[in-house]
Amino acid sequence: MKNNSLWSDAIYRLSRNRAAMLGGFVLIVLVICAVLAPWIAPYSYSFQDLNLGASPPSSEHLLGTDILGRDLLSRILYGARISLLVGFVATGVALVIGVSWGIVAGYFGGRVDSIMMRIVDVLYGLPFIIFIILLMVIFGRNLWLLFGAIGAVEWLTMARIVRGQVIGLKNQEFVLAAQAMGVSNLSMFKRHLLPNILGPIAVYATLTIPQVMLLEGFLSFLGLGIQPPMSSWGTLIKDGVESMEEYSWLLIYPGITFTITLFALNFFGDGLRDALDPKTSDN
Amino acid sequence: MIAIFLKRILLAIPVLFAVASITFFLIKIAPGGPFDADKAVSPQVLKNLNEAYNLDASNWEQYVDYMTGLLQGDLGPSFRFPGRSVSEMIATGLPVTFELAFYAILIALVMGVFLGVLAALKRNTFLDFIPMAIAMIGICVPSFLMGPLLVLIFGINLELLPVSGWDQLPGDKILPSLTLGFAYAAYIARLSRGGMLEVLNQDFIRTARAKGLAERIVVIKHAMQGGLIPVVSFLGPAIAGLLAGSFVVETIFQIPGLGRFYVEAAFNRDYTMILGTTIFFSAMIVFFNLLSDLAALWMNPRSRDV
Repeated sequence: MKNNSLWSDAIYRLSRNRAAMLGGFVLIVLVICAVLAPWIAPYSYSFQDLNLGASPPSSEHLLGTDILGRDLLSRILYGARISLLVGFVATGVALVIGVSWGIVAGYFGGRVDSIMMRIVDVLYGLPFIIFIILLMVIFGRNLWLLFGAIGAVEWLTMARIVRGQVIGLKNQEFVLAAQAMGVSNLSMFKRHLLPNILGPIAVYATLTIPQVMLLEGFLSFLGLGIQPPMSSWGTLIKDGVESMEEYSWLLIYPGITFTITLFALNFFGDGLRDALDPKTSDN
Repeated sequence: MIAIFLKRILLAIPVLFAVASITFFLIKIAPGGPFDADKAVSPQVLKNLNEAYNLDASNWEQYVDYMTGLLQGDLGPSFRFPGRSVSEMIATGLPVTFELAFYAILIALVMGVFLGVLAALKRNTFLDFIPMAIAMIGICVPSFLMGPLLVLIFGINLELLPVSGWDQLPGDKILPSLTLGFAYAAYIARLSRGGMLEVLNQDFIRTARAKGLAERIVVIKHAMQGGLIPVVSFLGPAIAGLLAGSFVVETIFQIPGLGRFYVEAAFNRDYTMILGTTIFFSAMIVFFNLLSDLAALWMNPRSRDV
């Protein structure tokens, strides 16, 4: 019951936070647009109207067209699929690694813990962005490799957070009781520990998504991420920069979309953190 | 203090060794050699090239060779720019990147600490909300968007500042430094606000005020020393981020620094250059992390005597 009241309290507090609710609303709209892109986009992302070339926003092309005569609105909608997919999948990868690592280290403690956390400390100090670039260079610019590589970088903080939470939990009565009943390690993790640390995990996951999307945008901007004709918001911004002197809308609209999404994710994540703050909750 | 310092240095050596080894073998398994890119080379030429660069020796021999060179500070020749060594190229690019990073950190610290401390002192007023809103913009607008927008506004529309280059036209350092510094200013503003809020509620601040010290001295001498510890700890990781940022900023503004060399090497598959810069970046980042941890330890009186 305690768990229930914690969550319903949190939802109540979250619903009172206007910035967070607005952020959540924007995110839902974006996800729906991304999923429905093939049906709601006015044109295909690769359809070229070469006679038109780059044209400013008009009634036929609401956000204008790029140099190859492709509809910018459609490309932004399709780009949302890639950018959001990277955000969610890479964060998922980071979650799985980080949570497992943190639970194991925190629960077993002792030498296991100190070795595992020392590894995290060491990895923290390395220039991972360079390793991602290295991987993209060596193994080609593969979308799934990109997801994996970004996820493999972002799990470190998650491992630290989860470990801290588990250490706080493991001497509580319900864990000792479960141990006394001979519960296996795996079901201890899944049934007893994990449900109790979902709050901080959810908060951190929400705040990881924008970081991951930034990283993808950064790589695509350098030409090391998503390859044409596919587009993410990062590649659209890159294209926009190349022609911004004459056709500034090609930079401005993808830029605005990207920024609004990051704002929405950050506001929602901050709101979630305030609502679930471990310090103010009775946990 | 000294014990901690030595321990950290001792830990850093095997880490760098591992980084160098892993990168070396990763590059060995990469498909395609450095010479099979643009135009086909005749087998004989290829053979001579491979011989010249010692590429037909066994991987193990090459590894031992490379590591021996590394210990003497020799990172090997560049595959793409014949006649230039990787160490030379790093030496050319590094001062530029350092200068850029220095201005960026300076801007970030001055802007960030000022806004963050101001926001903490005027909590929940207009002077808190505005700086924090600016900080949120800094966090949500990535440098690869901020840079071009600044160019569009100040370079192209207002024609106030040069749009690219480094050390060629007066004022051409302003936009790159601002672009790189702004995001860090935002993080530092948030960190110093948080740190200051925590410290300002503590007893020693109340004591300082109670004995009638001027508010200015309370803030500058007593509160900021503790309140800015999170900022100092952040500076180490920030250097790593600045390097990544320099990739973007140097590309946008066409600055001949280490970041652009690295991105170009990645495109050209200039393997020795990639290998050398990766090792060099890692060493630098490990070093700056060490430095910022030590500074944070030193600022915290509780850990000073340990």
